[in-house]
Amino acid sequence: MYYGRYYGLMPPRVLILRTAGTNCDAELAHAFRLAGAEPVTLHLNTLIADPGKLEDFDLIGFPGGFSYGDDIAAGRILANRLKHHLYDALLAAVDRGVPMIGICNGFQVLVKLGLLPDPHGDTPENPGGPSGGGQQVATLADNTSGRFIDRWVDVSVPDETRCVWTRGDDAVLPDHSLPIAHGEGRFIADDAVLDRLENNGQVALRYTEDVNGSARNIAGVCDPTGLVFGLMPHPERFVTATQHPAWTSMGEGFLNETTPGLRYFHNAVAAVRARQNDVATV
Amino acid sequence: MTALSTPVGAETARVRRIEVWPKHDTHDAHGRKATAAAQTTCPGVRRIRAAQVFLISATLDDDQVRRVGEELLADSIAQHAVPGAGATDEGAGPVITIEVHPQPGVMDPVAESTAAALRDMFPELSGDELTVRTGHRYDFHHDGTLTADAARAFAQAHLGNPVIESFYVEPYVPENFAAGQHYELDLRHIPVRELDDAGLQRLSREAHLFLSLEEMRTIRDHFRGLDREPTDIELETLAQTWSEHCVHKTLKSTVTYKPSAEEPSDEAPDDPLRIFRDKPGHEIDDDGPNPSVTIHNLLKSTVAAATFTLRDRSAEEDGKGDWLVSVFDDNAGVVKLDDIHGVAIKVETHNHPSAIEPYGGAATGIGGCIRDIIGTGLAAKPIANTDTFAVAPPTTEYSEIPNSVLPPRRILEQVVAGVRDYGNRMGIPTVNGTVLFHDDYVANPLVFAGCVGLIPLDKCFGEVKPGDRIIALGGRTGRDGIHGATFSSAELTDTHADEFGHAVQIGNAITEKQTLDVILAARDHEDGTLFSAITDCGAGGFSSAIGEMGEKVGADVNLDAAPLKYDGLNYAEVWISEAQERMVLAVPAENLEKLRAICAAEDVELSDLGTFGHHDDQGTPTLRLNFRGTVVGELPMPLLHDGIPMPTRQATWSPTPAGHAPALDGLDLGDTLLKLLAHPNIASKHWVVRQYDHEVQGGSVVKPLVGPLQLGPSDAAVIRPKLDSNVGVALSNGVCPWLSEKIPGGDSYQATLHAIDEAVRNSVCVGADPNRIAILDNFCWPSCDDPQAMGTLVRAAESCYDGALAYGTPFVSGKDSLHNQFTTEDGRLIAIPPTLLVTALGIVPDVRRAQTMDAKRSGNALLIIGTTRAALGGSHLAAVLDQPGGPIPTVDLDAGPRNARSVWALHQADALASAHDCSEGGVLVAAAEMAFSGDIGLDLDLTNLPADGDVNLPARCFAESPSRYLIEVPGAMLDKAVRVLRDAGTPFAQIGTFADHDRFTARTAERGRLFDLQLAVLRDTWRRPLDW
Repeated sequence: MYYGRYYGLMPPRVLILRTAGTNCDAELAHAFRLAGAEPVTLHLNTLIADPGKLEDFDLIGFPGGFSYGDDIAAGRILANRLKHHLYDALLAAVDRGVPMIGICNGFQVLVKLGLLPDPHGDTPENPGGPSGGGQQVATLADNTSGRFIDRWVDVSVPDETRCVWTRGDDAVLPDHSLPIAHGEGRFIADDAVLDRLENNGQVALRYTEDVNGSARNIAGVCDPTGLVFGLMPHPERFVTATQHPAWTSMGEGFLNETTPGLRYFHNAVAAVRARQNDVATV
Repeated sequence: MTALSTPVGAETARVRRIEVWPKHDTHDAHGRKATAAAQTTCPGVRRIRAAQVFLISATLDDDQVRRVGEELLADSIAQHAVPGAGATDEGAGPVITIEVHPQPGVMDPVAESTAAALRDMFPELSGDELTVRTGHRYDFHHDGTLTADAARAFAQAHLGNPVIESFYVEPYVPENFAAGQHYELDLRHIPVRELDDAGLQRLSREAHLFLSLEEMRTIRDHFRGLDREPTDIELETLAQTWSEHCVHKTLKSTVTYKPSAEEPSDEAPDDPLRIFRDKPGHEIDDDGPNPSVTIHNLLKSTVAAATFTLRDRSAEEDGKGDWLVSVFDDNAGVVKLDDIHGVAIKVETHNHPSAIEPYGGAATGIGGCIRDIIGTGLAAKPIANTDTFAVAPPTTEYSEIPNSVLPPRRILEQVVAGVRDYGNRMGIPTVNGTVLFHDDYVANPLVFAGCVGLIPLDKCFGEVKPGDRIIALGGRTGRDGIHGATFSSAELTDTHADEFGHAVQIGNAITEKQTLDVILAARDHEDGTLFSAITDCGAGGFSSAIGEMGEKVGADVNLDAAPLKYDGLNYAEVWISEAQERMVLAVPAENLEKLRAICAAEDVELSDLGTFGHHDDQGTPTLRLNFRGTVVGELPMPLLHDGIPMPTRQATWSPTPAGHAPALDGLDLGDTLLKLLAHPNIASKHWVVRQYDHEVQGGSVVKPLVGPLQLGPSDAAVIRPKLDSNVGVALSNGVCPWLSEKIPGGDSYQATLHAIDEAVRNSVCVGADPNRIAILDNFCWPSCDDPQAMGTLVRAAESCYDGALAYGTPFVSGKDSLHNQFTTEDGRLIAIPPTLLVTALGIVPDVRRAQTMDAKRSGNALLIIGTTRAALGGSHLAAVLDQPGGPIPTVDLDAGPRNARSVWALHQADALASAHDCSEGGVLVAAAEMAFSGDIGLDLDLTNLPADGDVNLPARCFAESPSRYLIEVPGAMLDKAVRVLRDAGTPFAQIGTFADHDRFTARTAERGRLFDLQLAVLRDTWRRPLDW
C-alpha cells in the first residue's frame, strides 16, 4: 500500500482474474485502462498460492470466456475452485468495499459461487447467512433457444438500482445497447429471491425485450452494497464507437462520444476515487 | 496416498453413476431440441427429456458421491442429481430410454474437466485412480407405438454419431472401465525388398499408406540399398511425409498440358495456349501440329511466381516491397500491419473428417488452422477466424443421399456447431465466411477453416538450432486421428466411415487455449523468447512436426517420453497419432526450466522428446526414433523431404459448347427477385453467424451483419487487431464453383478469376486499400487422376497467376484438397464442382473510415460502377429458372482492378455512404439488400445502366457480370464522386435514389414501372429459408 493512492494521485489498481478458458481478459483490461485504472491480470493459480495478493487491488474484474470449457455447466468449475480456495479472501474484499464486476462467464461464476446476489448469504429467510457464505440462490441456465447467440440488445437501468457501475454520480445510465454473446444467459431464481432483488434495488440492468428467457428480463444484478455487479451483456465490448453494429449510420459526432459501455468503468473508478477521498479527508 | 476423510467401510474404486436432470421441463433445452427434431422424423414421440450422465471410477463413498452430484455436477437452482440409474417417469405413459456415450478413447473434454474438478474437491484422489466418462440419457415419452429400434435409429441420426459414440437402449451402468493393456515392445519389420509391383500396390492399400506405385518402388529401392527391411514406423513416416496432404505433390508436379485437338470453336480462343505464354517456368512447344506446354512445378510457376513478381514490382514502384514479410515458407503467410506488427493468415480444408463426423471434423479443422497460426514464426496470436462451408441443399430428398452419407442439414448444423464450440471457447471471433450449396457436395461437403494472427515483426522467423530440446506442449497423445494425413489424401467410399472412424476426432479447445497462453508468455518472456522455433502437430502428428523442424539438422527422438492418454500405444502409434492440441517447440536447454515454470503456472503438460541435431556416419541429417532404448527407425532427412519421385503429369482440356442463352421473354422481374432472394446461396446466413462470437477480443469494426436492424449481409469483416490503434484488417472471400466445368461452357480459368475479383470487391467495399490486399488459394478438386481433371486444375492455377498480377494481390499462402469424389455402393461417382476459395486480407488504414453495405439516408443517390454484360451461364437466375444459362461471364483484367481502385478513391474522398458488392443474383439482389438492410426505400431506374452491347432487361437485372459495385453517394458528394470516376475512366451511372418510403421500386424509360415491392417482404423472403 502506498499513500499516493489515497490522494488520488495513482490510478486505482484492478485485478483481472483469469484461468484456463478465460478469453475476454485483454479487452476488459483495455476498458479499465481507458477509464483511468491500472489493470493487472493474474492467473487463478497465483492467487490460490497467495490469497493475500487480493489486498493489493482497488477493483476486481471477472472476465468473460469459457472457464474450464464451461464443462459441466457455465462457470461451474471455476466457481467451485474459488469456493474451495478463495471465498474468504473475496468476502474480505467485498467488506473492504472493493467494486467487482463479473461479465458473461464472470457473472455466471459469481452467481454460482454465491457472491451474487448476497455475498454473506444474509437473507431474511436465513439471517446471518450460512456459515462460510457462498450459497447459490440464482442461476444462469441455457437460453430458451437452446443455442449460443451473439447480437446487440437494448438494455435499461432501473431507476432504483444501487449498482455503482450502472448508476453514475447523479443519475442512472440512460437506455443503451450492448452486445451479448452467450449460450447460458437465462437468469432464473425463485420468485421470493426475484422480489427481494427488485425491492432492494439489486436489479442493475434489464433487457428491454425477452432475449434469452431471463426472469423479469434481468440482464444484471448487484449485491446489497451495489459494489459487486454481474451481467450477461458485454460493456467492455462497447468502449469505442466503432464497436457498435450501426456506427456507420450514426454520423460523425458519434465517433467522439463516450460510449455507454465505457461509462460503466468510469462509474466504478469514480466510486473508488470517491471512497479514497473520503478516507483521505478523515 | 493419504486416507480419505471417511475411512470406515471405504469403497474400493468402482464406477459410480450420477444423472443430472433439469428440475423443470422449461429448463430442458436439450430435451426440447431433441423433441423438435423428433416431430418430423420419429412418429409416436410425445416428448424427449434429456439428462447428463457422469460415470466416475474412483474410491468414493456414498456421501462423497452425493456431494459430487449436489455441489459439482447439478445446478442447485435448475437441476437435480440422481445417483445411479434413475427410474423413468412411468406415470406419464410409456417411455423408452436411449443413452449415448462416447466410445472409449474418444476425446471427452467434459470428462477431463470433471476429473480435474474432482481432484480439486478431493485432493486425496490421485490421478491414476480417477477416471470420468460422460454421456447423455434421453427418455422418449411416446404414445405406445414407438419401438426401441426406432428410437435408437433416431438417436443415431440426430442425437449422436455411431462413428464415435455407442448407443444403448437402457441406462449404461458399467462395472468398471477397461484399462489399456501395457504395450510390450515388439519391433516390426515390413518386407518390401522382394515385392513386385502388385505386391507394392497391395501393401500401399492394405497398410493405408496411399502411396503410388512409383513412390513404393522408391522406398523399396532405398531399403534394398541399405540391405534391410524397413520397420513399420519408417514406412508410416514416409507415407505421412509423402502424402498429398503434406507435400502437395500434385500441385508441385511438372505438368505437360495439351489443348484438345478439336478445331477452335466460338467458345475457345484462337490461341489455345494463350493463357500459358510469357510465364516463368512454362515451356511452350508449338512447332508441330500438336502444341503443348510443359510447366515445371505448377504451384511455383503460377501462384508463387505471381507473388514474387509482385514483390519485385512493388519494390521498384513504391519502395514497399517489404510489405510481404513471409510467404509460402511457413505455416501461414505474413504481411505487414504497421511498423511493429504483421498479420499472419492461413486457410485450410478439413473435408473428409467433416463428411464422416461433421462436428468433430469442423472443430478440429478450425483447431488445426488456429495451431498453424500459433506455429507461425515465433508464434502469432490468433485474432480472427473465417469459415466457409459447401454442402448439398438442405432440401435434398433422402432418396438422393447415398448410403453412409449424412443428410446435408445435419452436416451443416454439426459443422457450424463444431466451429462455434471451438472458436468461441478459444476466444477467437469468427468474423467471415459463407455457405455454398450444390447438389454434388452431397457426399463430399467442404469445410474451409481460416485463421488470422497478430505477430510482432521481430518474431516472424524461427530457426531450429542443433542441441535444442524437442519439446511437446499441450494435449496428450492417444490413438485418435491415426492415418488422418493419408485418409485425407484418398477418395471417399461408402466404407470409409467404418475403415477410418479412428481418423476422426473431437477437439478440446480449452487445452489449445491454455497451450496458446503458455506459448505467448514464452514468446514475450522478459529474458527473450524461450524457444527458437515452433510448429504445430497437424496431419502426421509428431512425424510431420518433428520431421519438418529437423529437416536441416536431424532429430533424435525418444517416443516413450510422450505422455499418453491411456496405456497400450505402440511406438508407431505414438509417432503418427494426430491427437489434437499439441505443439512442438525447439527449446535451447538453458531455457527449459523457465518454460517448465510457465507450464506449471498454467496447468499445461510439457514433455521433452529428445534433441534436434542428429547425423548419420556420412554427416547426413537423420531422423532417429527410439523407444525404450531401442532404435525403432532411422531415416535420412533428404529421403523424407526430397526423395519423393515427382512424375510428369499429363493434362488436357477442351471447352464444352455453352449452348444458348435462356429464353426470358415475359419474365416477371419482381417475382424472380423474390425467388433469387430465397435461393440458399443468397439467403441470409444469420442462423450461422449468430452462433459465432464475432466480437470477442473487442476488435470488431464491421460485423458480419450490419445496419440499424443488424441484418445486412456484410461484404467483408473489419477488425482492429490492436485496441490502441486505428489500423484495421478486412477479411473477405470469393468463390464461384457454379462457373466451373460442371456446366456446359464452364471454365475453371474464368471461375478462378471471378473468385479473385469477388474477394477483392468485398474487401474494397468495406474500405481496404486495394494496394494492400493479400490473397490465399484453397483448391478443392474432385480428383486429378486423369488428364481432363488435371487440365481444370492447371487452368485454375494459371488463372491465379493472371488474376494476382492484374489485381496486384499476391498470394501469401494456400492449401489443396484434391480427392473430393465419392463412389456409391452401386458404383456411381459423385464429383464436387472444382471449387477454388479465394480468401482476401486487406489493410484498412483507418477503421474510422470503414464503410458498410446498408443504405444510410433517403435522398442519397445509388450508383453502379462497372459494365453489365449479357452472359448468364452459371448464374443464379439460370438456377432458379432451372434453365441452361448459355456462355459464362468473363473477367476483364483491365476493368476489374480499375473499378476496385475507383471505389477506393471514393472511400478516400469520403464520398461513400455505403458500398456493396454486386454478385450472386445481380443488380436487383444487391440493391434490394442495401435498401432492406438500411430500412430505407429505393427507387431504381435501369434505363442508363452501363451495358456492353444489347443486353436484355432480365440480364440487366440479374446477370452476374464481374467487377461491379453498387455505391450510395450523398447528394453533396455527387459531383466529387462523378469527377473521381470520370477521371479514372470507370464506367458508372446513377441507377436509383434512396427514398423516404418502405418499398423497392424499379422502372425503365421504355417499360415504365417494373415492380413495387415492400422492403419487409423482400427482407422476410431473404431471411426465411435458413432461419433454422
